Amino acid sequence: MEDEAKPLAPAPAIPDELPPTDEEPVTYATPLQMMWWRFKRHRMAIFGAVILILFYFVMVFADFFAPYEPNTRTPYMYSPPQTVHFIDNNGNLSLTPLVYGIGKTRNMETLELIYVEDKTQEYPIRFFVHSWPYKLWGIFDADLHFFGTPEQGADIFLLGTDHLARDMVSRIFFGARISLTIGLVGVFMSMIIGLIIGGISALYGGWLDNAIQRIIEVIISIPSLPLLMGLSAAIPREWSIEQTYFVFSLILSLISTTVIIRIVRGKFLSTRNLDFVTAARLYGSGEMRIIVQHLIPSFLSYVIVRVTLDIPRMILAETALSFLGIGLRPPSISWGVLLTQAQNYQTVVIYPWLLLPAVFVIFTVLAFSFMGDGLRDAADPFSNK
Amino acid sequence: MLSFLLKRVSNMVLSLFVISIVAFIVIQLPPGDFLTTYMAQLTSAGQTVDNAEVASLNRQFGLDQPIYVQYYKWISGIVLRGDFGYSFNFRRPVTALLDERMGYSLILAFGTMILVYLLALPIGVYSAIKQYSIADYVVTLLGFLGLALPSFLFALIMMYLSNKYLGISVGGLFSPKYEMAPWSLERLGDFLSHLWVPMVVVGLSGTASLIRVMRATMLDELSQPYVETARAKGLSEARLILKYPVRLAVSPFISTIGWTLPNLISDTAIAAIVLSIPTVGPLLLTALLSQDMYLAGSIILILSFMTVVGTFISDLLLAWLDPRIRYE
Repeated sequence: MEDEAKPLAPAPAIPDELPPTDEEPVTYATPLQMMWWRFKRHRMAIFGAVILILFYFVMVFADFFAPYEPNTRTPYMYSPPQTVHFIDNNGNLSLTPLVYGIGKTRNMETLELIYVEDKTQEYPIRFFVHSWPYKLWGIFDADLHFFGTPEQGADIFLLGTDHLARDMVSRIFFGARISLTIGLVGVFMSMIIGLIIGGISALYGGWLDNAIQRIIEVIISIPSLPLLMGLSAAIPREWSIEQTYFVFSLILSLISTTVIIRIVRGKFLSTRNLDFVTAARLYGSGEMRIIVQHLIPSFLSYVIVRVTLDIPRMILAETALSFLGIGLRPPSISWGVLLTQAQNYQTVVIYPWLLLPAVFVIFTVLAFSFMGDGLRDAADPFSNK
Repeated sequence: MLSFLLKRVSNMVLSLFVISIVAFIVIQLPPGDFLTTYMAQLTSAGQTVDNAEVASLNRQFGLDQPIYVQYYKWISGIVLRGDFGYSFNFRRPVTALLDERMGYSLILAFGTMILVYLLALPIGVYSAIKQYSIADYVVTLLGFLGLALPSFLFALIMMYLSNKYLGISVGGLFSPKYEMAPWSLERLGDFLSHLWVPMVVVGLSGTASLIRVMRATMLDELSQPYVETARAKGLSEARLILKYPVRLAVSPFISTIGWTLPNLISDTAIAAIVLSIPTVGPLLLTALLSQDMYLAGSIILILSFMTVVGTFISDLLLAWLDPRIRYE
């Protein structure tokens, strides 16, 4: 009671100049920087990212890295991978790697064609050679290649040749173009479509929301492999490569789209009534602005992470379906199409190098998985960490 | 409770009805129908096709009717008579074909499921307890391999290894000499020796993902305060782990048990095609490619039915197991 009557002490005068402080100036990190730091901590994720960068780089410059055109036939069918030697015929160490010519003999008992190294013909492997001409990305004329054997009559099959005597290395590099991009295209489409439909479902509610949710439940209830098989078998054989590619990636993205729709709808519904949204409304923001500027950025990183983790599934699905003969077909070149030749046991036992595209598939899937794990730990605001 | 059950069951029936329509449409999507494919095959093999014969086949298979009539005939056959239609490709009723193959599919799927659960549970628990040990890293690596290795590649590798080192004949569920023989103890032994290859192939990715889930849940639980409390109160480590975190970590296992079975049946399709095993998967592929619509539609419908029922069972099991869910 007495305290209330006492007047307050006069406030200290504010000096005209603030005294110098010893504190450091305040620095801050943007959320993106913090995400990058968290991402860097995962060595496996960085490893995966490096591998992917390498693969995509080779894919973009496939013409440059491939020693042959992917559809060129050579005289050597089912040739095994050639050994690269560093010691030449006379036993001297050679700094240039070299391969020997390919000679054909026939096993007189089984009449089987055998490829042997013809040591009389020595071909050095040179780098940055001028070989078959190509149009880089369809625009620039060029004929420079990363490596090759420029001498006449020389062939270099680092990973062997297939049943139509085409070089495996070149086919694998060009096959990367479809195999690596179909996952990206697919998840991109599923993200856009999922965001739109999920948003509509959440915003309008009522029977539209109900109908969309029922449809999604139906799609999820059908086992995925038979569903994918059925839809892929429906692609007419007469369609062009581009049309088949587009529709096939659409089919592959079906399951991701349903997952994204559910996630987006859930996140919309749960964030719609949060305080910051109410504040924005009170400020007079329109619905569209609230959705685009506030709601979507709040869960976008979660969606991106989920979608990244889905890419390996799509790559494996493309490989498996093309391997079965539904999905992409020759003359498309993808790793799955390349593996169609390895469908039966006899072929694999006699010509095991035909399975090499699978190694690339495995590496790609692992790289995406590691990177996705790292991304999730770095960018996902809803994970447990 | 009863109203909940009734509502769920009616939802399920509705879903199945819509699924049957969707499945039927998907089968019909490729241009033409079974007869056009069949005719194309005949002409490419050099045989002439008699128009009258084609017309009579058309009538016989009912392919000249509009789609909704065909659908109605199929669905009414299933619902009223348990008759799944007629397979044009094999010239036999669908039920007969499925009878032969479903048995093997179920045995394979069940066996794989048991194998996966038996393996994944202890390995997941162990890898969580001994985190960062060598065993943990090995298990994590195996987990990633199971994730990335395409099943058909693994099938081929296993086929090669089992043939080269164990002398098991390649392809199929029986060696040639037991193929047509009546059942005997030797035949059973031969069957088992062939069975483990597809089980391992299909089980690997399932085991890998289950181990990861198990390990993650266990790690979450092990850092909880109640574990410390239990230790402080003197509970032995083994009893402690078995009694509490494992029971919690098992929950995702149980909740997915319902649809694991149909998933396995459809996931084995690729491995089964590579290994030439007479299960439902390869049958579906053949049916889809030749547009054998009743066969393909029936298989998809049956698998979806199992999935829907399985989901329902999973929900029930989860509600029973996890008391937290009951009070929602």
